[in-house]
Amino acid sequence: MLAAEHQWQRFTPQARLARFAVYLGIVAAVVVSFRTVEVIPEFLQDAPEQIGDLFYRMWPPDARFYPATVHGALIETIHIATLGTIFTTLMAVPVGFLAARNVTPHVPLNALAQLILVSTRSVNTLVWAILFVAVFGPGALAGTAAIAFRSIGFVGKLFAEAVENADRGSIEALRAAGAPWPSVLTMGYWPQVRPAFWSIVLFRWDINVRESAILGLVGAGGIGMVLDDSMNLFQWHRVATVLVSIFAVVILAELVVNAIRKRII
Amino acid sequence: MESGPVSARSLVIRDLVKEYKPGHPVLRGISLDLDGRGMTAVIGPSGTGKSTLIRCINRLVEPTSGSILFQGQDLAQLRGQGLRAARRRIGMIFQEFNLVERLTVIENLLCGRLGYVAPLKAWLRKFPERDLARAFDLLDAVGLRGFAAQRADSLSGGQRQRVGIARAVMQEPDLLLADEPTSSLDPKTSVEIMELMVALAGRANIPVIVNIHQVALAKRFADRIVGMSGGRIVFDGPPDELTDGHLKTIYGGEAWLET
Amino acid sequence: MARDVSAPAPPADERRLPRASWLARLGWLALAVYVAYAASLLEITWERFYAGLGHGAVFVARMVPPDFSRWDLLVHDLTESVEIAVLASFFGIVIALPIGLLAARNMMPLWVTWPARALIAVCRSFHPIIVAIVFVKAVGFGALAGILALIVASVGFIAKLFAEAIEEISMKQVEAVRAAGAPFFNVVTFGVLPQVLARFIGFSSYQLDSNFRVSTVVGIVGGGGIGGTLFAAFQRFDYDFVAAILLSIIALIMVVEVFSARLRATFQ
Repeated sequence: MLAAEHQWQRFTPQARLARFAVYLGIVAAVVVSFRTVEVIPEFLQDAPEQIGDLFYRMWPPDARFYPATVHGALIETIHIATLGTIFTTLMAVPVGFLAARNVTPHVPLNALAQLILVSTRSVNTLVWAILFVAVFGPGALAGTAAIAFRSIGFVGKLFAEAVENADRGSIEALRAAGAPWPSVLTMGYWPQVRPAFWSIVLFRWDINVRESAILGLVGAGGIGMVLDDSMNLFQWHRVATVLVSIFAVVILAELVVNAIRKRII
Repeated sequence: MESGPVSARSLVIRDLVKEYKPGHPVLRGISLDLDGRGMTAVIGPSGTGKSTLIRCINRLVEPTSGSILFQGQDLAQLRGQGLRAARRRIGMIFQEFNLVERLTVIENLLCGRLGYVAPLKAWLRKFPERDLARAFDLLDAVGLRGFAAQRADSLSGGQRQRVGIARAVMQEPDLLLADEPTSSLDPKTSVEIMELMVALAGRANIPVIVNIHQVALAKRFADRIVGMSGGRIVFDGPPDELTDGHLKTIYGGEAWLET
Repeated sequence: MARDVSAPAPPADERRLPRASWLARLGWLALAVYVAYAASLLEITWERFYAGLGHGAVFVARMVPPDFSRWDLLVHDLTESVEIAVLASFFGIVIALPIGLLAARNMMPLWVTWPARALIAVCRSFHPIIVAIVFVKAVGFGALAGILALIVASVGFIAKLFAEAIEEISMKQVEAVRAAGAPFFNVVTFGVLPQVLARFIGFSSYQLDSNFRVSTVVGIVGGGGIGGTLFAAFQRFDYDFVAAILLSIIALIMVVEVFSARLRATFQ
């Protein structure tokens, strides 16, 4: 046995207990899920063959389909994403400021703002789209609203974190000089959080382009509607065209975001 | 020259050449016979290949041509398992300590035994008791008793290098390489580190090859000095034979000699 | 001798507004123009908006009070969503680890990293819902399609970030462990993992949250879970049941967020 002072424990007893509890929890969750989930193993074995059959039916993509229908829908999709991101920024920035504990020292207001942020991002964009289709009717308005509302939670949370990480020094100086609070916001906080702000907005726009592409599946406008129609009519070559164009637009959006990021940040 | 156990730790380098860019060799055919005893210091100006020479020995740098004979094998030709086995027998101390910052001191020491422990046991930190006991003894020997559970990035430079030395000695190596071990340390700590290396290596009869740019330290601690200039050896002998004339050949210019 | 700190006043023409603010104003103007243009293109008009508010009010009225009477169906389907998320996250993380390691250019040669990075790019390129649609066609309706779709999404996200984290480590620490003669896996365990573990746990728990959110809607396209129930209730105009389902989903996500924060704290 090693001498007493030569014992080495990698983790404290409490830490070991906590880690063990977590491991146990994970194993339990996985095992229980595995046994209760309704999955038919034969379908899993069949899967590669089925996927192969699907791709066979989709190839080659129907190129004539593109200019007729797909192009317009793609443009609409991009507009939904962009407009939605712009609207979300207008709503998320004030809520973000309310949620930041250094800007808003009122705990109830903080809590309310955090609640708004958590709930908007707990509801998936697709669900927001369903809701707004019921409210505004099918079309791009519902899609834009869905994108806008879902993103509030994302943009607001990251923005609040950036605001809370701002350096207090310049804020103190402005307050000491007697500046009113709107000026403190625009001259004290804004210059510090601006790079983070643009980074967050770009990041969210990129995600929103992907999200906008599928909103049409529930009737909220964009290329998703073309996809839904083609699939319902089993027009697999057109489905392939739609999928390829979505892929292309997503790649394009990433390239644009990377290029802008390099220039601004 | 003694034979027997000492020759088990001797190193013979023949015509070692290293070109980072083709046509511009940094090492121009180095040949060296090291008899496996004491500390050999390699000195010379920056860029002359001192570090390259040291790193060719344990293949952190790939030699372009030449042979490095150690324990009956040509280190320059080894690959895979053979290379790993050879590296286990050679300990290395780095200029910037190269500790794993986020691990504790004791885990860094145990890195020296990773060549002997199976991956699963290493993951679970189940090292043999003998290794743990040795680790604690080495911590005492380098003056870091009580530091076992501290994270490496909370230590000072001198303390980190002590851990580095302990880690290398943990391997129970037959050869110790040191690549500018004192360049990141202040003068007082540099002397302490050199003393520690000489003491620990001497205790276990491990030969040391150290690459160093402070000539005073080399003269004080080394048993043999190898001076390099322009990728070639221009001096090879005991420290007391190292004259100013030799230093001028090695480093060029007289201005820096005036202190 | 003290320096004279009073400089002469700058000449008049240096007192104009700096160019940057003109550019910024132009930018805002362009933005406003775009908003007007895009809104008209998408037929977003004030009339439709007000009409929508009217419908919205009726809509909200029909949702309140939420109807929990069919709570057994709710719990059953919600549990299925939880199972989908748990299994997809577990297998996704387990698969993403080696793929991320293979994709790290500082650890692996090019002929290994290139296919790994290509695989990751493909996994990331498609929205999980679209992937779910493909899997529904391939393996039929139900949880399996949802699980497979989310595994693909998880692998794409986690492997990419894992590879990036590995590429940012200090190779010096790895070099020292290699120099001691350690085999590859020990080099990874002691040289690589300690440097990336904190970040890995961060983005794995982020993906766990994301999987829970998406698992609640894959059912809309047939991937199992509460999404199908929600969509069906919608189409039946069963709005008070819809409200109950929405509240349950929000509650679930909040619990998951708390849980994953605890998870992060335990391991960091």
